Amino acid sequence: MQNQTKYLVIGNSTAAVGAVEGIRSFDKTHSISLVSREPYHTYSRPLISYLLAGKIEEDRLYYRPGDFYLKNNVETTLGVAVEKIDTTTRTAHLSDGQTLAFEKAVIATGGKPFIPKIEGVSSKGVFTFTSWNDASAVDNYIKTTGAQQAVVLGGGLIGVKSAEALRARNLEVTVVELAPRLLALALDAQGSAFAQEAMEEAGVKVELGTTLQRIVSKNGIATGVILGTGREVPCQIVIVAVGVIPETGLVADSGITVDRGIVVNEHCMTSVEGIYAAGDVAQGTNSLTGESRPIPIFPNAYRQGHVTGCNMAGEPETLDSSFAMNSVEFFGLPTISAGLSTAEGSEFKILEMSNPHKKSHKRVILRDGKVAGALFVGDVDRAGIFTGLIRSKIDVSSFQSSLLEQDFGLLSLPVEYRKQVVRGKGVLA
Amino acid sequence: MKQIVAREEYCIGCRLCEINCIVHRSQSKNIITAFRHEREGLTPSVVVESSGQHNFAVQCRHCADAPCVEACITGAMTRDPETGAVICDTKRCVSCWSCIMVCPAGAVMRGASGKPASKCDQCAGESEPCCVAGCPNAALKWEEVND
Repeated sequence: MQNQTKYLVIGNSTAAVGAVEGIRSFDKTHSISLVSREPYHTYSRPLISYLLAGKIEEDRLYYRPGDFYLKNNVETTLGVAVEKIDTTTRTAHLSDGQTLAFEKAVIATGGKPFIPKIEGVSSKGVFTFTSWNDASAVDNYIKTTGAQQAVVLGGGLIGVKSAEALRARNLEVTVVELAPRLLALALDAQGSAFAQEAMEEAGVKVELGTTLQRIVSKNGIATGVILGTGREVPCQIVIVAVGVIPETGLVADSGITVDRGIVVNEHCMTSVEGIYAAGDVAQGTNSLTGESRPIPIFPNAYRQGHVTGCNMAGEPETLDSSFAMNSVEFFGLPTISAGLSTAEGSEFKILEMSNPHKKSHKRVILRDGKVAGALFVGDVDRAGIFTGLIRSKIDVSSFQSSLLEQDFGLLSLPVEYRKQVVRGKGVLA
Repeated sequence: MKQIVAREEYCIGCRLCEINCIVHRSQSKNIITAFRHEREGLTPSVVVESSGQHNFAVQCRHCADAPCVEACITGAMTRDPETGAVICDTKRCVSCWSCIMVCPAGAVMRGASGKPASKCDQCAGESEPCCVAGCPNAALKWEEVND
């Protein structure tokens, strides 16, 4: 490995790939070094549940073709972590003892699963579910032990998708969620109810408003869990999916400002000139709430990575708009949420429409005449028009009555906005 | 790059573009066979919207900064470096609908019966897209767009 590079990319997921593509849009020649803890070519984390479910083979896990880094002239060092960044000497210290000097760097180390201190949590059969290794470990455990029952702690996206995968493997699955509903950050009560119905129809048991008192184990091997209610649920597998926290360890004592995540500005630059952060590790401003928080979602990671890459290459790109959005289909029920999809309160005007027979639910959240959030369960077609309206912040007062109509589409929108979208110019935030 | 340009003022809402798109995407390429035997598995990549006197056909705009390419979790959605068109590799798509979540034109469709995302590829390989070729009123044009 060269011991110096112009651009250092730390990480190998969505934001890292976005950064490489951003740099190479403007700089085809200078050296890029990419260092990542995991030994694999870039792969897509959301696909691990599809892998475990047996819906895709390992060759479809990769996020970019096998020659991606070769074609983009990137030197990769995989299976090696960056342990520390020295911001004064602009040097990264690697876990294999080497050092790497850089001119500009992007930290795209993502998040790590939060593991609550529960008795028995270190037993065999207890897993997290955010990486290829996690998926392989669960897969191996099912194959070698013949496990037939699983408990998933956490009813968020990772919990629900891992429950779906385990169910596809014919395990008996129970999801345990502390909140009074599933997917509480993305779905409102009605949307969650439909999601829960779909899960239960697929044979998954759902335990809401409770958590695990402890994990029961025998000779260090998990055999069940005790719920908050005191009831025991026998299981051989426990998936801990209560949340993910930014992987900021490498910048400790570096002078780079860290709050929940690594704090970045609208160019994704950290408090240290020339050092950037992107993806789940970064903390930028949510354009809908004004709060500085990590927004750990896939499209955001790519966009931050790309904006970072452009800036590293000297092209001053700005993040135009950041807010949460998720599209997840599970047990045959598609769901899309964007922006303040669960918002309640007097500052919001809520439009909604539900059809229990079709498990379809639409909810549009308006604030000051603009769309601040949207939620689609069951029927998600053309949901992106609403995401576009959130990004563009255009006033929808004049046509708000048409927002939930069956034939709502581009024709319902102001002509100038429609023309801009139709010209392929995207949405100006 | 070349784009399909919709001219609202000429569109009469006949939906022939949707029909031609379905036929083009069928195995048989025959309108009768496509509608009799293949219709279930086919989704048109163009949608005609009608409201009062206004009609308007919309398909993928192949946006300059395509949000669907950014949001795609599999890498299935890419830009063809030669034509500039945004194309979906349906063998890689896992039907997560992230593309539908971010498309401001509402121009990516769910494939029929849980199949991959379906979108306009400008009828790659043809001299002009079939929706344009079959439009009776020249409401769809195949033009070089510079901006």
